[in-house]
Amino acid sequence: MPAAIAPLAVTDYTLISALGTGRAAHQEAVQAQRGGLRANDFSKSPLDCWIGRVDGLEDQPLPEPWLSWDSRNNRLAWRGLQADGFEHSVREAAGRHGAGRVAVLLGTSTGSIGASEDGYRDLRDGRLPPSARRAHIHSLHSLAGFVAAAFDLHGPCLTVSTACSSSAKVFAMAERMLRLGLADAALVGGVDTLCQSVLFGFNALELVSPQPCRPFDRARRGISIGEAAAFALLERTGRAPQAPRLVGYGESSDAWHMSTPHPEGLGAQRALDDALARAGVSPEAVDYVNLHGTATIKNDEVEAALVARRFSPRTRVSSTKGYTGHTLGAAGAVEAALVLLALEQGRVPGNLGCDEPEPVLAEHLARQGEARPLRLALSNSFGFGGNNACLAFATGSVA
Amino acid sequence: MSAPLTVFVEGLGLWTPGLPDWERFAGVLRGDGAPLADMPARPAPACLASGERRRVPASVLIAIEAAAQAVGMSGRDPATLPSLFVSAHGDGPVLDYLCEVQARAPAETSPTRFHNSVHNAAAGYWTIATDCHESSCAGSALDCSFAAGLLEAASQVLAEARPVLLVAFDVAGTGPLGETISSKLPFACALVLAPAPSAATRARLGLSLAPGAQCTEARHPRAAELAAGNVAARAAPLLESLAGRGAADATLAAAEGLGLTIHTEIVA
Repeated sequence: MPAAIAPLAVTDYTLISALGTGRAAHQEAVQAQRGGLRANDFSKSPLDCWIGRVDGLEDQPLPEPWLSWDSRNNRLAWRGLQADGFEHSVREAAGRHGAGRVAVLLGTSTGSIGASEDGYRDLRDGRLPPSARRAHIHSLHSLAGFVAAAFDLHGPCLTVSTACSSSAKVFAMAERMLRLGLADAALVGGVDTLCQSVLFGFNALELVSPQPCRPFDRARRGISIGEAAAFALLERTGRAPQAPRLVGYGESSDAWHMSTPHPEGLGAQRALDDALARAGVSPEAVDYVNLHGTATIKNDEVEAALVARRFSPRTRVSSTKGYTGHTLGAAGAVEAALVLLALEQGRVPGNLGCDEPEPVLAEHLARQGEARPLRLALSNSFGFGGNNACLAFATGSVA
Repeated sequence: MSAPLTVFVEGLGLWTPGLPDWERFAGVLRGDGAPLADMPARPAPACLASGERRRVPASVLIAIEAAAQAVGMSGRDPATLPSLFVSAHGDGPVLDYLCEVQARAPAETSPTRFHNSVHNAAAGYWTIATDCHESSCAGSALDCSFAAGLLEAASQVLAEARPVLLVAFDVAGTGPLGETISSKLPFACALVLAPAPSAATRARLGLSLAPGAQCTEARHPRAAELAAGNVAARAAPLLESLAGRGAADATLAAAEGLGLTIHTEIVA
């Protein structure tokens, strides 16, 4: 078991998704139990499914100085950075610590591949059109490369891409780097945008639902894919004793199958147990778990069984993918932000889309929102390749 | 500036055409060996089942080959090692396929090639092949991928006080995307890094952040050729030091405007 860690302060955070821009829009939608999914109007070829789409990205190129980084994914990153005044917090942190002391650690599963796809629809003599011949946008590092350039940050910088756990793992990375003194602040987060290869790829794996996704419902039929960006600024707690805290994390591998979870949830359980060990708490201390809850048959079955064997129904659980869709590489950071909002508001998000829960989870699952004091909460993120992460957050010290 | 991070190299692996392992590479650098004229175009790592070897893309094969060599040299059980796989572009040919099929007939998208397109495909297949339940990670920092990966791997080694496997790999692209991918030949290298010296220690590395520092160039023509032809081979100046043929201090680009200076002391 890993040793307990010293917590880090989350000095600011924000998010943008199909629910809207910023924390208030998300809080209102979740409180009203109002989802953001719509019938697929994105893919160039028809596909009968539902998506979580952010409006207006088509008409909002990046500002002039960053045009060479322009892509749907970086536009969404840019809009997310501006939400809730988050960009000011980043600039202040860079001013406080120095641009070389702020790490940029971001997760994505597909980066700007949508821009590559667009180029292939417009080939000129077998080559990408001139507007798409920008090598840096065709790498996954398009994301962290752009964000570091936009803020002129020169600390350690990496784009993590472990499918749907990507932007959970960056929180763990940031904790290690701050502990070792490699940086004094970390801009962490995740961004993923809708693109056709992901819609048709998951469809080929028979994991896409023809209806809005229904996490943990016995009649669930698969995922609804969404796009989102979420960011957090992590610093040492001395700076902000009252800020919410990252108190633990766990990372593991299923060692089972590339696209199916371990049947007994071995890897997921290990990530969860390691997060609790680093937080120095037992399962009874956990007030809320934001589940991975993709609404695939297998994920929800395995995750429900894990929750049932680790927690009593006093620990409330829900998936928020019914609101945003599965935002893939952004899901870790989006759901971290929703957990931070839940802690702040003292409100468990209702599990949208579930009428008849998996029996094993029925007593734990918050089908409707619940107002209650929350002190410690977890967020699960599991990805292809059997890649698992679990994050633990807590409220700050009371002034 | 923080104190240097000290880690110990216990194992080394490498695969590129003509240089199927670390010993052959080191021999060529020392001038007491020649590249293999005739070797298979793809490695066949023994830890993958034969069906798996046929199914996975070349990038996964070379990454797992280098990983298996490094872990073998370290004498450690691969199931006990957390791993980090870095690659500027992942598997270019699979991404070329995905983009091409979206433009032509998206409904024909192959499920296997789709799940092989994730950047952590090599990490996933490696953990499955070695029954490893430890943390595995995959990332890109484009041209800075190797040094950014080394920094993250060393930070895992020291923060958790346990050995970690680092693998860096890239392959050439194909199709229209190919011209955006600077790697023109396949190359993979791997290091097992430990927090303390042991009987398996081959070298001691001291890593320091070096803002704005000038990067070190590879010395040997073969190493320079690799570094020019593959992004993962930007590790070349460090690999030369580890082969006893480079500078004691090598600086690699870890991020825009950030160097990583590596002080190498050969132990065995």
